[in-house]
Amino acid sequence: MKQRSTQHTTFVIERRYAAQPARVFAAWADPAAKARWFNGPSTWQNEGYVLDFRVGGREHLRTGAPGGGKVHQYDCCYQDIVPGARIVYSYDMHIGDVRISVSLATVEFQPDAAGTLMKFTEQAVFLDGYDDSGSRERGTQELLGKLAAALETI
Amino acid sequence: MMSREQQSAALDGLFQALGDPARRGMVDRLCRGPASVSELAKPLAMTLSAVVQHLQVLEASGLVRSHKVGRVRTCQLDTAALESAERWLVGRRSLWEARFDRLGEYLAEQVEPRKPTKKH
Repeated sequence: MKQRSTQHTTFVIERRYAAQPARVFAAWADPAAKARWFNGPSTWQNEGYVLDFRVGGREHLRTGAPGGGKVHQYDCCYQDIVPGARIVYSYDMHIGDVRISVSLATVEFQPDAAGTLMKFTEQAVFLDGYDDSGSRERGTQELLGKLAAALETI
Repeated sequence: MMSREQQSAALDGLFQALGDPARRGMVDRLCRGPASVSELAKPLAMTLSAVVQHLQVLEASGLVRSHKVGRVRTCQLDTAALESAERWLVGRRSLWEARFDRLGEYLAEQVEPRKPTKKH
């Protein structure tokens, strides 16, 4: 039987860009512009990017890691849009057939001395991905392995 | 909520702590449950003070907590630090950081498109 668990995370990222809020907002609203930065690096296969930027509109992206790993799928629904100022959307992520997380994201654009202060807030729930205390040991040892491998690449 | 700088510093501390096989062995042992300093020292071919120094690095990184009762110091894993590292590895925040880096490059490019090279 599958172990069920939830792990909640919230993080905020702030960035300052030397561009007016309308231009930064446009980079989120226009599909051609957004594809330029939202999609993964060219070494990843990005497929089927769709953006319907309106309240109730959907956004989809599939990406495959190099070396043919599982496909990551991103599906989003726009909840609130204030042109030039705010975007609120909910999205989920699948790896293969498994939904791994559901998130709420808020992006705010404020005028700033140099141009725009962009504030991104994400609240996410990771599903069934974190072992309960009974199998914490195996999960932790796996993580140590990954960290040790990551250290070797530094 | 940690700033990017704080998170970066915390990850540096974590990786430094795990960048030593003896310390990784200790963390591995603590995965199975709390242990006293002498229990942790048993499989290691080093002096007790060397073991204590390693533990200090682990505690400074936030991976391990310890408390003393009488003469016995007991150590245990602090899973919050590992969970933070795990989230970094899973890459959600870093995924967005990379995207926002690319957004910055895209915006900068819009203003100053790369000039075509002159023909000779």
